[in-house]
Amino acid sequence: MAQVSLRKIVKAYEGGVQAVKGIDLEISDHEFVVLVGPSGCGKSTTLRMIAGLEEITDGEIAIGGTVVNDIPPRDRDIAMVFQNYALYPHMSVYENMAFGLTLRKFPKAEIDKRVKEAARILDIMPLLERKPKALSGGQRQRVAMGRAIVRDPKVFLFDEPLSNLDAKLRVQMRTEIKKVHQTVNTTTVYVTHDQVEAMTLADRVVVMNHGVIEQVGPPQVLYHSPATKFVAGFIGSPAMNFIPARLEQASGALRLHLTQGISLDIPAARTERYRQHAGKDVLFGIRPEHLTDDKPTDKTNPAPLTLTPEVIEPMGMETLAHFKLDGAEISARLDPATPAAVGAPLRLIAHMDQMHLIDPTTDKVL
Amino acid sequence: MSTTTAPAEQGIYHTAGSLRSERRWALWSAYISLVVAAIIMLAPPVYMLLTSLKTSAEVADQSGSPWWVRNPTLENYWALLGNRMFIDFFLNSAKVTIAVVALTMVISVLAAFALGRMRFWGSQALATGVFLTYLVPDTLLFIPLYQIVGGLGLLDNAWGLVLVYPTLTVPFCTWIMIGYFASIPKELDEAALIDGANWMQMLWKIFIPVALPGIIAATIFAFTVSWAAFVYPTAFITTPSEMPMTIGVVSQLIRGDTFAWGQLMAGALLAALPPVVIYAFLMDYYIAGLTAGATKG
Repeated sequence: MAQVSLRKIVKAYEGGVQAVKGIDLEISDHEFVVLVGPSGCGKSTTLRMIAGLEEITDGEIAIGGTVVNDIPPRDRDIAMVFQNYALYPHMSVYENMAFGLTLRKFPKAEIDKRVKEAARILDIMPLLERKPKALSGGQRQRVAMGRAIVRDPKVFLFDEPLSNLDAKLRVQMRTEIKKVHQTVNTTTVYVTHDQVEAMTLADRVVVMNHGVIEQVGPPQVLYHSPATKFVAGFIGSPAMNFIPARLEQASGALRLHLTQGISLDIPAARTERYRQHAGKDVLFGIRPEHLTDDKPTDKTNPAPLTLTPEVIEPMGMETLAHFKLDGAEISARLDPATPAAVGAPLRLIAHMDQMHLIDPTTDKVL
Repeated sequence: MSTTTAPAEQGIYHTAGSLRSERRWALWSAYISLVVAAIIMLAPPVYMLLTSLKTSAEVADQSGSPWWVRNPTLENYWALLGNRMFIDFFLNSAKVTIAVVALTMVISVLAAFALGRMRFWGSQALATGVFLTYLVPDTLLFIPLYQIVGGLGLLDNAWGLVLVYPTLTVPFCTWIMIGYFASIPKELDEAALIDGANWMQMLWKIFIPVALPGIIAATIFAFTVSWAAFVYPTAFITTPSEMPMTIGVVSQLIRGDTFAWGQLMAGALLAALPPVVIYAFLMDYYIAGLTAGATKG
C-alpha cells in the first residue's frame, strides 16, 4: 500500500510531440483514482509511465515515497491489468496467477494460499485448471485481476480493463472491481475513456485532455462544479447543453438573453458571482436533466422557455427531446408521461440553480 | 395466379441452379488440376520405388513397360543396408543435421527475440540484413567458405559442414521466428515484465512455449535444408567416411559409366525417409507456423 506522486511529468516522443505536458498529481494511500479523457489525451501514457513501461521524458514519479524513474517495472511493486487481459495462453488459470510469485521465488504453500484466496474473492475457483482460451471475456478479466491481486502490490494499475466486454458484462465487472477494491483496499490508478466508469468507480476522477489535467476531484464535484467547458461537456450523459447567450444587468438583478429573444433570470444567489461579467457574451451551460418539462417542482428558480422538439427518444424511464436553438443542439430530459411531439412547441423549465456560465474566450467556467 | 408466379419461381431456381453448376465446375476443375499436379509430383518417386525393386538385369532390359516390375526383389535394399559405408553416410547425415538444427534454433530464436522484441538502435536494419544474407545462393558462397573452412582445418570433415550449413538455415529461421514473435501481443511481454520476469525468463517461459508452432516450422526447415544439402558437401568432403547421404550415395554407387540404378534409387528413397516421417507428424504445426502472421488475431 502506498501513495503515488507525479511531479511535472512530461512525455515527449521523437519529433517533439508531447503526449503528456507536465502534469502534477498526488494519489493517496488506498485511494481509487480514475484517469479519464478522450483517446489521445495522455491518460494511458501516464499510466504506462507509472508502470515503468514508458520512459519519463521529464519530471518525477514516486511510489511509496521512493522515486521510481529509473527502477524497472518488476521492482516497482505494481500490478497491472490490461485491456486485452494479456493472459499467458499456454498456462492454466492457476499458473497465470502464480507466475509472478513463482518468479519471485515464493514458497509453494504461500503461492497456493494466495492464489486460492484471490480465486475465492473473484469467484473463479472452478476455473483454476482451465487454459485462457476456454474462458469467456468476463472470466479472463477476472483472472487478469487475480494475477494482480495475488501479488499484493503497492499499486494496482488498470488500463481500460472493461473496454473489450459487452455492455451488460461491463456493468457487472464494474461492480466487481469496486467490490474487490473495497476488499483489498490497494491504491488503484484506473484508466478509461468512459465517464460513467470513471464516475461510478472513483474516489477522485482526473479529467485529462491534450496531455494536461483539466480537473481533479470527487465525481460529485466534477458533476456539479466543473472547472472548464471540457469537463462540463465530458462528464454527464447526455452531455451538457451549451447555448450562446448575453449576460445583462436589469435593475439590480442579472438576466441571460439567449438568442431568439428568450430571457432567463439568474438566481439571486449567483448575482454577486456573475456581476463583473455583465454585458459580456457567455456560454450558458445546462445539463439535459436540468432542462425538464414544465411541471410543479420543488426546485428553486425555475425559468420557463418554449422550444420545438426535432427528435423525440423515449427511453422508458424518461424521454429525451432534442431541439435546435440558433444552431446549438440542445437536449432535455422529459417525464415519459409528457405528451411531447415532433414539431409541437413544448414549454420547458430550466433549473437555474444548476446552471453554469462559461467564458467563451478562455473556456473556463465562471 | 399460377401463371404469374411461375416465371419468378423459375427465375429463382435458375439462379440457384447456376450457382450450383458454377460450384460444380469449380470443384471439377480443382480436382482435375490437383490430380494432374499429384501425378507430376508423384511420378518420380513412384518410378524410383519401382526401379529400386528391380534387378540390374531387369533395369537394363529394354523390352516391355518400364512401369512394370516383373520380378520384384528387395536385394537392392539388403545390399545397401548390409554395406557399412551406406550406414556411415546415414550416420554422418544424422550427426550433421542434428547438430545444425540445434545450433540454428539456438541462434535464430535468440536473434529473433532480440531483433523483434527488444527495440534497440539499428534493430530494424539488422533484421533486414539477416534476410538479405539469405538471398545469397550457396553456389556463390561455397567459394569463400572453402577458404574459411580450409583455414579452420575442417575440410574433409563432417563437422566442417556443421559450421557452414547455418549460413543457409539461420537467416530464414530467424526471419520465420521474427514474424512469429511479432504475432504475439506486446501486452504479453509487458505483463511478464511487471510480473517480475527478466528478458531470459520472458523468452524461456513465455515466448518459446507460445511460439512453439513457429519453432517447429523453423526446425523442420533447418532439418530439410541440412539433410538435403548437396553443394557444400560436394565441395568440402572427399573422403567417403565423412560423406553425408546426399553425396555418398551418388559418389559410391556411380562408378565411372556404371550406374547401379537399383541401389541408387533404393538409397535415395531411404534418404528421403526421415524428412517424410517428420513432415507427416509435424505437418499441422508446420502450416500453422508458416501462416502465423496471416491468421493469428
